[in-house]
Amino acid sequence: MEKQVLRFKVNGDEYEVYIHPKTLLAEVIRDHLGLTGTKRGCDTVSCGACTVNVNGFSVKSCSVLAVQCEGMEVTTVEGLEKNGKLSPMQRAFLDNGSYQCGFCTPGMLMSATAFVSEAKNPTKDEMKESIEGNTCRCTGYNSIVRAIEAVTQGKYKEE
Amino acid sequence: MSHAKYSVINTHVHNIDGVAKVTGRATYTFDVKLPGMLYGKILRSPHPHAKIINIDTTRAMELSGVKIVVTGKDTLGIKQGIWRRYEELCDEQVLPLEKVRYIGEPVAAVAAVTEEIAEMALDLIDVEYEVLPAVYEPLEAIKKEAPTIHEGVERNVNVTRHIEWGDVDEAFEEADYIREDWFKCSGQAHMCMETRAAVSSFTPEGKLTCYASTQSAYYTQGLLAGVLGLREGDVRVLAPYVGGGFGGKFELDAAMFCSAVMSMKLFKPVKVVFTREEDFIASKRRTPMFYYVRTGIKKDGTFCARESRMFSNGGAYTGMGATALYLSGFFHSFPYKWRGYRYDGYRVYTNTLPSTSMRGFGAPQAMFCSEQQIDWICADLGLDPFEVRRKNGHTEGYEVPGQAFIASCGLEQCINEIEKWVKSKGKMPPNRGIGISSCGFMSGGIFNWFDSPYSFSSAVITINVDGTCELHVGCQDIGQGSNTTMAIIAAETLGVKVEDIRVHSGDTAHCPADLGAWGSRQTLMAGNAVKMACEDAKKQLLEFAYAEMGINIVYDLDIKDRWAHIVARPERGMPYGDLVKKALRAKDGQRIMGRGYYTPHRKGMISPAYSYMMQAVDAEVDPETGKIKIHEVMTAHDCGQPINQLGLVGQLEGAASMALGYAYLEDMPFEDGKLMNPNLVDYKVIKAPEMPEAGIIEIDTYEPEGPYGAKEAGEGLTNPTAAALGNAIYNAMGIQMKELPITPERVLKALREKKEAQK
Repeated sequence: MEKQVLRFKVNGDEYEVYIHPKTLLAEVIRDHLGLTGTKRGCDTVSCGACTVNVNGFSVKSCSVLAVQCEGMEVTTVEGLEKNGKLSPMQRAFLDNGSYQCGFCTPGMLMSATAFVSEAKNPTKDEMKESIEGNTCRCTGYNSIVRAIEAVTQGKYKEE
Repeated sequence: MSHAKYSVINTHVHNIDGVAKVTGRATYTFDVKLPGMLYGKILRSPHPHAKIINIDTTRAMELSGVKIVVTGKDTLGIKQGIWRRYEELCDEQVLPLEKVRYIGEPVAAVAAVTEEIAEMALDLIDVEYEVLPAVYEPLEAIKKEAPTIHEGVERNVNVTRHIEWGDVDEAFEEADYIREDWFKCSGQAHMCMETRAAVSSFTPEGKLTCYASTQSAYYTQGLLAGVLGLREGDVRVLAPYVGGGFGGKFELDAAMFCSAVMSMKLFKPVKVVFTREEDFIASKRRTPMFYYVRTGIKKDGTFCARESRMFSNGGAYTGMGATALYLSGFFHSFPYKWRGYRYDGYRVYTNTLPSTSMRGFGAPQAMFCSEQQIDWICADLGLDPFEVRRKNGHTEGYEVPGQAFIASCGLEQCINEIEKWVKSKGKMPPNRGIGISSCGFMSGGIFNWFDSPYSFSSAVITINVDGTCELHVGCQDIGQGSNTTMAIIAAETLGVKVEDIRVHSGDTAHCPADLGAWGSRQTLMAGNAVKMACEDAKKQLLEFAYAEMGINIVYDLDIKDRWAHIVARPERGMPYGDLVKKALRAKDGQRIMGRGYYTPHRKGMISPAYSYMMQAVDAEVDPETGKIKIHEVMTAHDCGQPINQLGLVGQLEGAASMALGYAYLEDMPFEDGKLMNPNLVDYKVIKAPEMPEAGIIEIDTYEPEGPYGAKEAGEGLTNPTAAALGNAIYNAMGIQMKELPITPERVLKALREKKEAQK
């Protein structure tokens, strides 16, 4: 298979990368673009550390080929913050101590952010299900659910 | 019993690395990329026990892009171990010369220009093995006829540990009732989100820099220097952000060793990152243990004696397993007063993945056995489990004979609070029950098997002209928030705000040596060092303030909230910032610098201080499928004075999730030495939907040895959960779970056996 050109947007910026078609989106984000906020924690699409947002959907970036994202808009954890202002979910994570080692945090934030942008008056169980695909070994998840709850209750506004 | 009003301690503080972590700025070893860096991969043994006859690397070397292939012959062949003081326990060559002892053991390593090429090269290394008979279980390996795993080690017994106090036999004679049980406790994977990773860079000056995902930069430095034949000072270890540790990341691992060996030959940076599968099969695990427990008790519920024998599956090498053997035996007595106590622990080599320390350090296994047996004894004799625990529990001022002195203890209050909580729940519906378990844990170990010539913890604080501070510590933040804890202690002591403190850690070139993050030691030990350093710096400032303010020397001065003042007349003072500027000028421009250290002395055999807790687990069993649902977990917890509110809650909830995983989900089944579930599809960790509410009731005590009265929190709470779940199931279904994890199959088997016994 020959290398090919991929054109897409990441965090609002246009990128053109020349890649082997089997390259994963996670690899392009981390290795080609140097956006190392996105992590990888398994080889089996299980842990969710690599979760990003593609055209509004939360996606495990180790499960898609980068070339599938031709012309699309990708948001990574680096794109949540705007001009030094943290997003509501990022601030809720800070206030609730929803991270410890921080390795799952970028993926967790992406899943949680995608969820609250869609969910209307979600139940606690729905909040828990929204991060079911993300493994955290440190926090026991409850502080993350508290952050999601605070955002869905409108306690944090875009700054 | 907080003795003073604090300005910073136990207030709502964001972790000082929080913004870095929620914005993706935090850079882990996994993210490190150096100019000209090569990628390393490790070839691993497919056999549980085999002689290495020959390794031919010719074909691999010929592959374009491959820069080097190394085997044991390219190393100094030094047998290493973290129990450095004891030569016989230094038993592991990371790239073995003669034989392999478990499936997954490294045999060769490759560095290439890309990861893919390195991976391809592994297939081109030809290893000739002579397969040897293997043994996988400690009770088999200890038999006379079992194969020898390490030459000269009789019956494969790696380490033994005897603990005894009181006249055990006499104490048993006083007992009205004696009960004996056997238990089998499983292993558990640390499953850090960041797998083992290292980037090593050796330069022509003869100096090595190693970025490592480690719990102790200082241990990694010492161990690397030892196996590479370098001076410790010529090895710089950087541990930037660490993606979890849980007890699995303070020995030398193959990522550190292989990257360093290859970098030393190539003079180029080499990065090695374990895949998740490698992390499962070759990065050690919680120690599986077989426990025989015999307990004698009087009719009125007074404990007389306990005698236990434990056989642990040590796997192929010693590592930290020797410490787990000791601590398991000690905490098996906890938190009760025994007239006579005897423990004999045997750590047995097998041809499996080595076992080591993991959060709780042998105590979760010990408590699973002890705390369930106590409930069964209570049922046998018609005694109240709360009352029996209260009657026999540790109290302030108690001395565990020859072992430990208990200076602070909130156990009784913990028991009272949980009793109230359980009673408030009323009668449980069918198939649902609440189980309890109490325990305690250490605040740092007193042992120095590593033979460190340095203080256990050290700290240096330097005050800049504008009042901001550089705090250099050797303690390691692996996500538990120790940098924030140290910043809080520094800010409180110096009388400034958390944002005035910049913490430097995880770099052996700039930070003082510290044993690192294990055994719940940092809050107490590094915390004391930080407090001492800040007191030293503050004293220098206040000496100047006395002169500057021209006050009567009978007055005490202090600094609080950036205000230096007379304690008796707080309105009289001067701003801290002005004081720093003037003091600096008075010292001929020298920056104010404070130093502190901590090494425990005369604190018994184990630890300077102990936390206490009781936990209740509310669980329901589906009698058709054996499936368990955890409804709620509640803990009453005595960690002395809490330092960091948010951090404490996070640690305790996290401990509950890891301990619940150990109790009923996480298992490491081996077949012929091969781990059957080395991936995150088949190895089940708790996910958000399974995680119950895990409430905390803080019990207020003050630990005189701890900084501001603080002691352990976060590790000890992995100890009670498996036992509490076992007791919940016993109360719900009347079945006794003697094997971990408590899987649906085991529940169904126990239900069948119960039915048959009733017939």
